[in-house]
Amino acid sequence: MSESGRKTCVEIADSVRNGRCTALETVEETLRTIARVDGELNAFRETFDEDARAQARLIDEKIARGEDPGPLAGVPIGIKDNIATTEGTTACGSRMLENYRSPFDATVVERLREAGAIPIGHTNCDEFAMGSSTENCAFGAVRNPWDTTRVPGGSSGGSAAAVGGGLVPAALGSDTGGSIRQPASFCGCVGLKPSYGRVSRYGLVAFGSSLDQVGPFTRTVEDAALILEVIGGQDRRDSTSADEPIDDIHGESGSMEGMRVGLPRQYRATGANEPEVDGCLEHVVERITAAGAEVVDIDLPMTDTSISTYYVIAPAEASSNLARYDGIRYGHRAKDDGSGLEELYARTRAEGFGPEVQRRIMLGTYVLSSGYYDAYYKRALQVRRLIKEEFDRAFESCDILLGPTSPFTAFPLGGKPDPMSMYLCDVYTVSTNIAGICGISIPAGFDAPDEHGRRRPIGIHLQAPAFAEATLFKASMAIEGLLAFDDSIPG
Amino acid sequence: MSERPNSLLGEDEVRKVARLSRLALDEERIPIYVEQLSAILMHIEKLQEIDLGDVEPMAHPLPIRNRLDDDVPTEGMPIEALLANAPSVEGDYISVPKVLGEGS
Repeated sequence: MSESGRKTCVEIADSVRNGRCTALETVEETLRTIARVDGELNAFRETFDEDARAQARLIDEKIARGEDPGPLAGVPIGIKDNIATTEGTTACGSRMLENYRSPFDATVVERLREAGAIPIGHTNCDEFAMGSSTENCAFGAVRNPWDTTRVPGGSSGGSAAAVGGGLVPAALGSDTGGSIRQPASFCGCVGLKPSYGRVSRYGLVAFGSSLDQVGPFTRTVEDAALILEVIGGQDRRDSTSADEPIDDIHGESGSMEGMRVGLPRQYRATGANEPEVDGCLEHVVERITAAGAEVVDIDLPMTDTSISTYYVIAPAEASSNLARYDGIRYGHRAKDDGSGLEELYARTRAEGFGPEVQRRIMLGTYVLSSGYYDAYYKRALQVRRLIKEEFDRAFESCDILLGPTSPFTAFPLGGKPDPMSMYLCDVYTVSTNIAGICGISIPAGFDAPDEHGRRRPIGIHLQAPAFAEATLFKASMAIEGLLAFDDSIPG
Repeated sequence: MSERPNSLLGEDEVRKVARLSRLALDEERIPIYVEQLSAILMHIEKLQEIDLGDVEPMAHPLPIRNRLDDDVPTEGMPIEALLANAPSVEGDYISVPKVLGEGS
């Protein structure tokens, strides 16, 4: 593991800013680690070697001139393959965009650069962020750093494996229904899904536009807060980015004193959870109760409808968003065999998209088509309002909601061959996106060792009302301190 | 329109939805999609059991407001950078297969 991969963003930026190491040394070390370790994990699709070195030199020159290099000075950051960078290609895990070179940076990337961070490479993901295991990736499956026979979760599996495996201190992912939080829980790192509107989506390849948010993977909650401060805030290029102030939370300490923690009975001992996941949650409940939290029982009966609602809304939005991939202006184009434009579109899309993307486009097209719109799409939007109202009522009697991030730990590669069983992975995370609230997964324990002594991380999931990230961080930092892991990187 | 549809797709319906989706499916993939899409639709059927009355549909988590920029010209993207991604280019234009005169 690299030294920079074991350190936090706060520690690296502090070392670079105070001259204990240079940004260039940090970048070189990170690139060496990726070259050495990533053959097994496949977390990175590409690294931005020369561009990263050039940016590191600029930061080192700034420091030499006595200028402020920014709060993330010299911090190497992995970027999910569906977030546009001017370096390399932005392939979105797809043959369709394999050679796509973005002429612009996503707003989140631009803001990271301004803060002194260094985009180090694109991390592999499920194609167009559709999946929960990063096996639907045109550039090969990603493996879990804790147990390479297992998946890293998805869709941001490369980012999760890169941080969980100690290759980089932080990475960006995107979360439409759990694609940051579930892989964070599988790979033993912190993963934040900010409130809808908190972070600009400009330069994020659109999947479900009313659900998508960009967020960080980090080793600590404090680092997640720091990165949110940098990437969050309104952006004139995304009309859905909200004009909501971000509290300066990093550097503060957490506390559970007087915190009202809601425990939805639909998240606990459901029979669907692995016993070790339930055990881990109960352990956390004991610790926070001892630390002064007030635990409140909550009923969220709509939880049962969330997967159905999500798998109408998300594919509907995807089928519309992915209509742009027609092989004309950019991306893959099938050979012109003279059969006409419409045939060219259809062959281009059949060649360029993998099976899961094709399935979701067809599902979305079906639920939006004449005769089915009212029965599926309109109904799902009505249920969406009921889900949101149920959260609103829950947050009248508690400050945060607590539960497991996933019913189970990382499963074997190839372990969920049918699409429906894969969709059920996200049972605890999709509601957050449906309602537009914020959620975070933090490492909370491990399952039992297998015959090779390998253990898989367990994550717990905290949710708070829209734009209440400060509450989420305060509770997460407290829980992080109460659990006090010392073995947060495998190997 | 709001009548409850049959939840199971047949092969012809999959062909139709593939055509609407502009996806040229291989014939041998169609039975697989029939099975997979039907399983998903069976699960989604849960939505039909909920009493929704006149609940207002919620398309978006935030109240949508139009925001206007100041009327100041900004730099556009350079043509070369945009054309660099096009699969087929002639001069400053993207070239496409013949569109007119196809009949329909």
